[in-house]
Amino acid sequence: MRAHDIVIIGGGPAGMAAAVAAYDAGVTDVVILDREDSVGGILRQCIHNGFGLHKLGRELTGPEYADVYRKEVEKRGIQVYCETMVTAVSADRVVTARNRQGIMKIQAGAVVLAMGCRERSRGALNISGTRPAGVYSAGTAQKMINCEGYMVGKRVVILGSGDIGLIMARRMSFEGAKVEAVCEIMPYSGGLTRNIVQCLEDYDIPLYLSTTVAEIHGKKRVEGVTIAEVDENRRVKEETKRYIPCDTLLLSCGLIPENELTHSAGIPIDPITSGALVDENRETAVPGIFACGNVLQVHDLVDYVSDEAEIAGIGAANFVKNGAVTGDTVQTKAGNGVRYVLPQRVHTDKGNDVALFMRVTQPFGKVRFTVKSGDTVLATAQRLKAAPGEMEKIVVKQDKLALAKEPITVSLEVL
Amino acid sequence: MYDVLIVGAGVIGGMLARQLSRYNLSVCMLEKENDVAMGATKANSGIVHGGYDPEPGTLKAKLNAEGVQKLYDVADEIHAPYRKNGSFVCAFGTPEEEATVRKLYERGRINGIKGLEILTGDEARALEPALSDKVSLVLNVTNSGIVCPYELTVAAIGNAMDNGAELKVGFAVSAVEKTENGFVAVAENGTRVEGKYLVNCAGAYSDRVAAMVGDSFFTIIPRAGEYMMLDKNEGSRVSHTIFQVPSVEGKGILVSPTVDGNLLTGPTASKVADPTCTETTPEGLEAVGRLAAKSVPSVNFRQVITSFTGVRSSEKNGDFIICPSKTTAGVLHVAAIDSPGLTCCVAIADYAIEQLRAMGLVLTEKADFDPVRENPHAFREMSDEEKDAYIKQHPAYGKIVCRCETVSEGEIRDAIRRNPPARDIDGVKRRTRSGMGRCQGGFCMPYVMRLLSEENGEPMEKITKNGEGSAQLTGKL
Amino acid sequence: MKRNLICIICPRGCAMTVEGEKDNLTVVGNACPKGKQYAIDECTHPTRTVTSIVRVANRVDTMVSVKTAAPIPKENIFDVMAKIRAAEVQAPIEAGTVILSDIYGTEVIATKTIL
Repeated sequence: MRAHDIVIIGGGPAGMAAAVAAYDAGVTDVVILDREDSVGGILRQCIHNGFGLHKLGRELTGPEYADVYRKEVEKRGIQVYCETMVTAVSADRVVTARNRQGIMKIQAGAVVLAMGCRERSRGALNISGTRPAGVYSAGTAQKMINCEGYMVGKRVVILGSGDIGLIMARRMSFEGAKVEAVCEIMPYSGGLTRNIVQCLEDYDIPLYLSTTVAEIHGKKRVEGVTIAEVDENRRVKEETKRYIPCDTLLLSCGLIPENELTHSAGIPIDPITSGALVDENRETAVPGIFACGNVLQVHDLVDYVSDEAEIAGIGAANFVKNGAVTGDTVQTKAGNGVRYVLPQRVHTDKGNDVALFMRVTQPFGKVRFTVKSGDTVLATAQRLKAAPGEMEKIVVKQDKLALAKEPITVSLEVL
Repeated sequence: MYDVLIVGAGVIGGMLARQLSRYNLSVCMLEKENDVAMGATKANSGIVHGGYDPEPGTLKAKLNAEGVQKLYDVADEIHAPYRKNGSFVCAFGTPEEEATVRKLYERGRINGIKGLEILTGDEARALEPALSDKVSLVLNVTNSGIVCPYELTVAAIGNAMDNGAELKVGFAVSAVEKTENGFVAVAENGTRVEGKYLVNCAGAYSDRVAAMVGDSFFTIIPRAGEYMMLDKNEGSRVSHTIFQVPSVEGKGILVSPTVDGNLLTGPTASKVADPTCTETTPEGLEAVGRLAAKSVPSVNFRQVITSFTGVRSSEKNGDFIICPSKTTAGVLHVAAIDSPGLTCCVAIADYAIEQLRAMGLVLTEKADFDPVRENPHAFREMSDEEKDAYIKQHPAYGKIVCRCETVSEGEIRDAIRRNPPARDIDGVKRRTRSGMGRCQGGFCMPYVMRLLSEENGEPMEKITKNGEGSAQLTGKL
Repeated sequence: MKRNLICIICPRGCAMTVEGEKDNLTVVGNACPKGKQYAIDECTHPTRTVTSIVRVANRVDTMVSVKTAAPIPKENIFDVMAKIRAAEVQAPIEAGTVILSDIYGTEVIATKTIL
């Protein structure tokens, strides 16, 4: 069996940033394993702009953002294996991977999980009706168009108004398709305002809120869909059903972290994030295995993915150099108005500030977040607006963190 | 001129072709779809039924009693995966249901079925902990099993073709003309194929084919059943197939592992106008969830990866129809094959062959008949060391295309090349499981399309989901 | 004229109203000066960055992603798309290479490297 200090599973934005950070933290024997034929992950098909404003201070397209990190990886001579799929990770950090050369087993000093996520499929959404061609998850359609150069439809309905759905509405319009409607089952869109303006309004594409696709029609290829409004329990209101002729249905209904390898290593998963439970170094409950990026929690900005991956990369490097982090930890918990908090546990005695990341349960106006341990307030933060689609970040200073003896709860109050 | 024309390449037509390929005969299957196993065969429960259910004295009872072991034997030869997992038929505390369990036990004994026993609810829960605590009495059917119906069909037809049988897909028989020595089957597009004998295995369309030769003594009643398939995470929720006591509408909603490791729930039973009514409905899926939870309350329906509807071909008398035409010599009908048709497929084929013999077909054994079909999953079943050695010889097996089900490029190319060749995306899916996992083809579909395009020399825009009219792409940019 | 628009400069998304004539517009509802500027630009000369793909002629089914190096007038988007659709390139091509020049005061450049 071969051995490497750090094995990174996935060469997307998370994996590349983790590799670079680990290298710069002094562990140079780092390898990246990626299942595709080149690194970059999902960014390779995200040809639109809007990436990098936070992290790099300039606005880039997806491929350009990926290229920034690819060059950093190359500059350091970090070894990358493409078309190499990891099939198993064990709790003692043996990574099994397969490529055209054979099966490779690597004993890793530390492992960084950066496998990303997948789209929720039609089956998981349980949309009734027929099962014709022309039903695509939005990302699959995006790949077909942007990477393979083929058009997937002429008359389109999109279910889900997350950013991928919105971006694809514009992309399909650019290539001459007629986008009939974007339907969103929630009473609000999960996408950025900027995308609603620049992807829908610019092209007069209607956005129907509290509306879903109730049925798919067509034997061989999609011929139309029945859309309908839903009540507060997301049940279809029969009287609002109406038929829209179309040949294509794109689904943009949420992303699911791809944690099959995480399961195989026996790593416990947070039922809310669907990612591993981690500490502030992004170390999972299995020592020496770290996680970052969309496999840990679904992000809205790649910039935050890179930040998170750097934490994991440095964590992995420290594990290799110094062994496991010991000391006192406390749990974090989501309080009023907060859906989850990540990391789910933090060390309180390390003398470091710790950033907590969270999502709110529904759209709010002006709010104040309060981070508390027992009765001790550790941090507060005000926002003019908070929405489930936008991840919030609150930093707890080291001196405050040292005071936390009980679980840390983050809650919000509407101002 | 073929000796035997078989109309329909589902599990019945396919298994008949396979059993006929033992003999010195020319056999041709005519299939209207772009692939085999496209009707009821691809969307049913996949159960090998023990044989306790059919009324004693019926053809179903006879063929079920013979059919279970015959099916296992053939499946071994052609490497179609199955598992003898046993089944439970559950009563939920009412005296009527408990009486039904005892009646089925008795009926099974009369039908000659071995390995039946009655368990109390607690005894059953000791074997199957996820069973509802409302279950009060259980018929334990130890000889029953599960099989993948479309893999079985692909394997049977593959083996038949390897032994010389032919398959014409996209051949929708629209007329049958009687000639001096036999028949001409005419396709919708005008293509003509001649044969001496004609066997009607057209499933839901078998009454229409019967009408083409002048028979109108049976009418198929299409009945739709909706299913939900769950992720492999739920696949070990139960190890037995869990039935509820049967009703007039069918054998009730089951909860069962599949041979591929998923969990299957369903079916509903509702009469539909037409065999093409394979829509799923909100009411149907809701009923599947609710009734499955009655047997196994812990099923996590958030793990559903797909839902589908199958249409079974029933007939008012309730028994299989396997008999010569009443009007036209040389025609054999094999119709109304609803449950337990899959279980009986080998027994049905053998019974049909005896009928053909009686109708004058000469059967001499072929010296070079090879009953074995190479295992298409040999690679999947290798150890890591064996896989490594194999990949070094055949690098395409090292490239994983479907990440959810770990299917390699090599396995997909095999499925496109081997008999019966996969011609579309769904055909690849049914043979290799590529696209059948939790992402439902989201990642692998473009790659599978490219492999189909390469292997068949067709442009990407021509690649279909399941035959004509189902192209995935609308043009090149 | 009177126009309602939602600011896209930050996540707050102020609902703004613009009134007046071209050279004398008033903006209400904005929380910051950036919002006001955005509203005025949107009403006088809205611009967008266009991103798309161009076929790589000497590679099988390979596309290179492209963008306008600077935003272009919004009303010219489909004209620029038509020019992009008609273009073809030869690999190898470096990210940043100019593919079309003189596009409403800017250029269309590659955003991916195809070796």
